[in-house]
Amino acid sequence: MSIPDHHTHYVAPFDADVSFDELPDAPPSQAYRPSITGWIGIVITSFWLIIAILGPWLAPYGENDLPFPDDYSEFQEPKEGAFLGTDVEDRDVASRVMYGAGRTIGIAVAATCLAYFIGVVLGIGAAVSGPRVDMVLSRINDAFLSLPTIMLGLVVVAAVGSSITVLILTAGFIYASVVYRLARAIGMEIMVMDYVEAARVRGEGRWWIITREIWPNARMPLITDFGLRLIYVILFISSLSFLGLGIQPPQSDWGSMVRENLGALQYGTSQLSVIAPALAIATLTVSINLIVDDISAHGGGKLSKRM
Amino acid sequence: MAKDTQTPEVIFEAEDLCISAVREDSTDLPIVKDVSFQVHKGEVVALIGESGSGKTTISLSALGYCKPGLTFASGEARLLGRNIAGLSTDELRPSRGINVAYLAQSAAATFNPSIRINEQVTEAPVLHGTKTQEEANKKALDLYRALDLPDPETIGARYPHQVSGGQLQRLMAAMALCGDPDLLVLDEPTTALDVTTQIEVLKAFKKVIKDEGAAAIYVTHDLAVVAQIADYIVVLYNGEVKEAGPTDVIINAPQHPYTKRLMAAINPLPEESDAVEPHGHAAAIEVRNMDAGYGRLSNGEPAAMILRDINVTIPKRKTIGVIGESGCGKSTLARVMAGLLPQHSGEVLLDGVALSPRLEDRRKEELRKVQFVYQMADTALNPRQRIKDILGRPLTFYHSLRGKARTKRVLELLEMVELPPPFADRYPHELSGGQKQRVNLARALAAEPEVVLCDEVTSALDTIVAANVIDLLTRLQDETGVSFVFISHDLSTVASFSDEVVVLYAGRVAEIGKVSEILSPPFHPYTRLLISSVPEPRIGWLEETTESQAQKAGLASGVELRKTGCPFVSRCPVAIQGTCDTIDPPKQHGTDGHRIECHRPLDELM
Amino acid sequence: MLSLILKRLGIGVITVLAVSVIIFFGTKILPGDAAQIRLGQEATEANVAAMRERLGLDKSYLQQYLTWLGNFVRGDLGVSLASDTPIMNLISDRYQNTLYVAVLTAAIGVPISLTLGILAAMFPGTLYDRILTFVSVSLVAAPEFFTATILVLLMVFVLGIGNAVVVGSADGKNIFQLIAHFALPITTLSFVIASQLIRMSRAAVLNVMSSPYIEMAILKGVPRRRIILRHALLNAIGPIVNVVALNLAYLVTGVVVVEVYFGYPGLATLIVQAVQTRDFVLIQGLGMIFCMTYVLLMLIADIAAITSNPRLRHPK
Repeated sequence: MSIPDHHTHYVAPFDADVSFDELPDAPPSQAYRPSITGWIGIVITSFWLIIAILGPWLAPYGENDLPFPDDYSEFQEPKEGAFLGTDVEDRDVASRVMYGAGRTIGIAVAATCLAYFIGVVLGIGAAVSGPRVDMVLSRINDAFLSLPTIMLGLVVVAAVGSSITVLILTAGFIYASVVYRLARAIGMEIMVMDYVEAARVRGEGRWWIITREIWPNARMPLITDFGLRLIYVILFISSLSFLGLGIQPPQSDWGSMVRENLGALQYGTSQLSVIAPALAIATLTVSINLIVDDISAHGGGKLSKRM
Repeated sequence: MAKDTQTPEVIFEAEDLCISAVREDSTDLPIVKDVSFQVHKGEVVALIGESGSGKTTISLSALGYCKPGLTFASGEARLLGRNIAGLSTDELRPSRGINVAYLAQSAAATFNPSIRINEQVTEAPVLHGTKTQEEANKKALDLYRALDLPDPETIGARYPHQVSGGQLQRLMAAMALCGDPDLLVLDEPTTALDVTTQIEVLKAFKKVIKDEGAAAIYVTHDLAVVAQIADYIVVLYNGEVKEAGPTDVIINAPQHPYTKRLMAAINPLPEESDAVEPHGHAAAIEVRNMDAGYGRLSNGEPAAMILRDINVTIPKRKTIGVIGESGCGKSTLARVMAGLLPQHSGEVLLDGVALSPRLEDRRKEELRKVQFVYQMADTALNPRQRIKDILGRPLTFYHSLRGKARTKRVLELLEMVELPPPFADRYPHELSGGQKQRVNLARALAAEPEVVLCDEVTSALDTIVAANVIDLLTRLQDETGVSFVFISHDLSTVASFSDEVVVLYAGRVAEIGKVSEILSPPFHPYTRLLISSVPEPRIGWLEETTESQAQKAGLASGVELRKTGCPFVSRCPVAIQGTCDTIDPPKQHGTDGHRIECHRPLDELM
Repeated sequence: MLSLILKRLGIGVITVLAVSVIIFFGTKILPGDAAQIRLGQEATEANVAAMRERLGLDKSYLQQYLTWLGNFVRGDLGVSLASDTPIMNLISDRYQNTLYVAVLTAAIGVPISLTLGILAAMFPGTLYDRILTFVSVSLVAAPEFFTATILVLLMVFVLGIGNAVVVGSADGKNIFQLIAHFALPITTLSFVIASQLIRMSRAAVLNVMSSPYIEMAILKGVPRRRIILRHALLNAIGPIVNVVALNLAYLVTGVVVVEVYFGYPGLATLIVQAVQTRDFVLIQGLGMIFCMTYVLLMLIADIAAITSNPRLRHPK
């Protein structure tokens, strides 16, 4: 249109039949499509998951077998038959990484699931129950949260010794407190929504409100957080193993492999026995983090460009 | 109207301006399409439209600014003859705050919470070097006085959270005007305010714009406000200009069907009607001597008593409007009726039987008969449930409908609220705001209730959509015989649609009666203030109303709760010192159930 | 505001008490008898009984707890079961080493990370920001010993610097020698906290940068420098201090792994040894020290959050 002569009356051409009902809302946001970094994360994570499940079948040697029984020497350089070299007791590093994958990932997934089960049940429970139940649960939880996780782990291991069950239970309970806090916060947020109140006014029972109104809305943020929590549990369990307080020989996981082969850094001929398990943990956790980060894509920050 | 039509000096000019949103797949979505208009010196141009009309986006182009995610596509935006569309921030910086200044909708968010007010007000001219700090301080002080701010000498030393919302809105005007801009851009500057405060702010804005001789772009959705302040109106719909012209032409003789519909959607206060309907309807809900509040003190009383001594009857098949400013206890009243907030004392009767205060103790049948409809349809509908599940649940819950019978009834309900059957399979986010509110209503009706409590159900909607929802409510009442309790801060909406009105002030019933009684003398002083605050879409209304005695009361600060005496005493122009502030006001009965709680005799309230 | 802070302090004290209960009774369920451990397997039953009485183990748990807590407050951490020496003596040298590393990490790592994070927030979406974000996303999830391994390989085998893996005693060194001496543990820990700090400080500043009052400042024509320094940072300081305190608290955990990795004598190696030898008196004492440090830092984070709220700083 041209600029209307200022004080005349401009009327846009119109079709008398067109109604001016409200414009529809913006189309719903598009479904999640991974970016390049997201894809990198997905590929690496899937790789490790396959190794974790099929590791014992894929590994060329048994966990404690010697690939070169006739030629015993520690920290051998990579060569045919042991493409990652050998470790402090001349075992095949590659095979041990494959065996360790199942243990590291399995324990971490089990512990995270346990943490989620306890944390979500109690957290949503606290959000739905009255303020008194919430007070008691939250205070106890705060006390646990105010302890560094590694200290809690140390105390437990000192008290009852270390085994896979103890590791899963310890990590599960420790991280349940973090999940509790998150689940409670999400639950509280949903509880004040009008649709929950509408259900209460309708006369719905607590079970309906939890399963039909709260859970479907709490599910997504909790699942996103699961990945993040899994990373922390992997790091926690690996750290304990690295300190010699996690998986005990003759079994091993990635953390304990780093510990037993630490000497390689100083006087070994091949450092791969340390690098391989450390790199395994790093690639796994980093790739999970790339996925999580990609999903919760960074918003905001656009204003600074106009500064 | 512009005074100087002979040699118009153009301050701002948009020519074929197009602004687009850049989507993720880097295609452009046009937001503003070929918009052209001019702003002349000393003139206020209003951009009017509903949400999605692009009015804010267009107004920001006068500062050469696009919100993040938007970009200038084509056309020109000329400020003082220079095209500023697409200029870099560094090129624009010298103009901003000096040639053109911006007033945002929410002053509370726009002031930096950590910096004293005066520094923020004087920042632009001092940084740009057009004023020294002393000059700027003096200018700011003059503006504080001109804007009727309390304690003008010291208010600048405060932090933003230390002053009230209405004051902050006026301080933002001072911030914009401190640099003596040629052009002011005002984006819905009074929308977030209460009606009574809005008048004062509007008046102050109009005065300073006139005194400073600035041109202005005024963005709003409210035609009645526009009629008071604008010289020229641009009507926008979906990013396009539908009609533009001088204010009196647009207001009095709109041509475009869209403008006509906008005008039609405004509910003028009905003229006093003497069509008094006969009484004798049975009460659906009755509230007797009820006190209620939040928190709990050791003596069992609420820590904050929100409602005191409430007596209200909701007759069957009737609509009761509940009106008052924010903080008056309107929603609390509805929450007590619904059982969400157990009352402290008094009782709520449904069909003559006392209801348990607590929701948990009420029987299913009692719950069914009282339904609640929320203001924000967005939060009232579970985003993870389809419409058919949202509407179907009360059918199963209250009426044990399942399978085909339930589906059939869901479709009937959709038809009742004028939504097509395919909507049953949609999720709430696939609906527009007005459609969601219809679903919200349909859910309440699914229970086949006796009373529906509507809490500001039209407040978040655009003008035309809100008018449609009101029409729907009227029709539904005729069809189903349900009673409505219609809570709103908007007197004209309430008056156009209700049979009776309850005027709440600070938790007390100031006045109650038929619409015709409320709108005609005798008035409670607060009712008088409310009535005189409803903007009318005619030129000159603002000047008339601000002269009136009642309006002076609006100047005072917001609603405060009082334990004894009349809560309105601090704002009342006819308060009797020593009586009104210490003794609870007596209930004075007029004709036909009309009741005013005031110490002044009824004949003094004419 | 003062009352809020006092309340937080009160909660802090209660938390420390709760922690002491957890640690004390947590170690009490340990199988094995302290008297037996101290005297060894050959001790006669009479000797063990006498020792039990001397250690107060015949009293009720509550009495034992109160005695232990009282002694702790007075600075008496008891006698190590494994080495039969007072714990204070065991701790004193090692305490220094741990403190050096922690303080130096904070002093070097925190300012660098904050600068990087705030810069990233100021230029979001640029190549610099993307690279930094990617690196910190990667590092945040990598275990300490991975970072340490990479650093060791880099320094020792690529650059040929220093005997890096075992770090000995730090006696009589000045600050520069200390930095050189502890270079690897400090760098490792700096990397670990940097990734978190960069991410969180970036987020904190971005959050402020997207608020309407920043948009208003832009529309008033306020120069970029002033927007950042006066309008944004003033409101971001609270969140940033909060972030720093939270990450220093994280150091408490990180330091354990790093000390063991580099094998230098600090408090963390001591507690790991204590767990291995089941020396629970030592665990109790050290656990309390670590937890109190942690609680203190969390408290600082909390108070920072309170004081950063202008509504509380300048009440009506």
